[in-house]
Amino acid sequence: MGKVWFGVLIGGVLGIVDGLTSWFTPAVRAQLAGIVMGSTFKGALAGAVAGWFARRVNSVPLGILVGLAVGLLLAYGVAAMQHGYYFEIMLPGSLVGAIAGYATQKHQTS
Amino acid sequence: MISDRVLARLKTAAELPDLSGTRYRLIEEIGRGGMGVVYLAEDPELGRQVAIKVLDDGREARVLASLEHPGIVPVHEAGVLPDGRSYYAMKLIRGRRLDAFLAQTTHLPDRLRVFQRVCEPVAFAHAHGVVHRDLKPQNIMVGEFGEVLVMDWGAPGMGTPAFMAPEQEAGGEVDARADVFALGRMLEVMLRGESRIPKPLASICRCATEPEPAARYEGALALAADIAAYLDHMPVRAHRESILDRLLRFVSKHRTLLALVAAYLAMRIIVILWLGR
Repeated sequence: MGKVWFGVLIGGVLGIVDGLTSWFTPAVRAQLAGIVMGSTFKGALAGAVAGWFARRVNSVPLGILVGLAVGLLLAYGVAAMQHGYYFEIMLPGSLVGAIAGYATQKHQTS
Repeated sequence: MISDRVLARLKTAAELPDLSGTRYRLIEEIGRGGMGVVYLAEDPELGRQVAIKVLDDGREARVLASLEHPGIVPVHEAGVLPDGRSYYAMKLIRGRRLDAFLAQTTHLPDRLRVFQRVCEPVAFAHAHGVVHRDLKPQNIMVGEFGEVLVMDWGAPGMGTPAFMAPEQEAGGEVDARADVFALGRMLEVMLRGESRIPKPLASICRCATEPEPAARYEGALALAADIAAYLDHMPVRAHRESILDRLLRFVSKHRTLLALVAAYLAMRIIVILWLGR
């Protein structure tokens, strides 16, 4: 599997998990489906960018940094659309991007 | 009256070999060992500097010429000097001896990677039926670009006590495992100065320096493979792991990922607690 598709997959899975954690917050539990969908899309996109970067640059620290930055940027976009929850969305979102960045750097294409 | 300085110069000049019958121009002595003396010389025909080793017999040149490997110094030419001694011209290695390299390199993985590269030409020589018999840091050169060259392949049987296998010391038959013993001793030297020697590395040293040859690694490649496994955070053949060892190796191998996941989980818990106030 290529790095971009692997990034999409890993970012998407992490996004689903990240979205599902909102179940623990009763205030937003009613919007769980929408949050999971948005989070999955956000994770997959961050993973795709991280995978694209990993195809060009072979560096784990830089990969993590790029994933972190893209995750942070996308999470900011989502938070801005929500008009709030900046801290609650951006911090975990950036870490999901960082994990995707790490995973795409380590992934060996077959 | 001749001054001491002039006398010393005359003595040095008298000791220098006569290269008149060769195409080389002698510059100076650059090394001296039990097997011979190495000189810096110039090859005017090709406009390059070479190292010339002068020794009592031509065995070493023949051994070296039979081993073509990037980790073994290539021989350009061999012959006999007017005084009857043998010589051979070889590539001049610009770099440091391994003992000097170790004095300046404290990063353990860097040292171990150099050790792996020492094992490769030794294993190559073993595959061609040649046993070095005198492996020690002083016989290894580390080049400017990290390349490793093993030198002094002519030792007919005499080794260096600190690196000599018991069977070699006893004057018995030696095979590749005598070199494995010397490599194990070299590894011990490389680990000197470490505040805490990792258990797998201690086991590798023990296995390589077992008094009984049959208990050692069967060859330099097997030893190098264990070092590679250690560097890759993989199980090492010489070391039986406990569950705790296995866990620690897993954590060490995946520390970046585990740190990121831990950071994510910590962040998530903080966010959940924050929103649930």
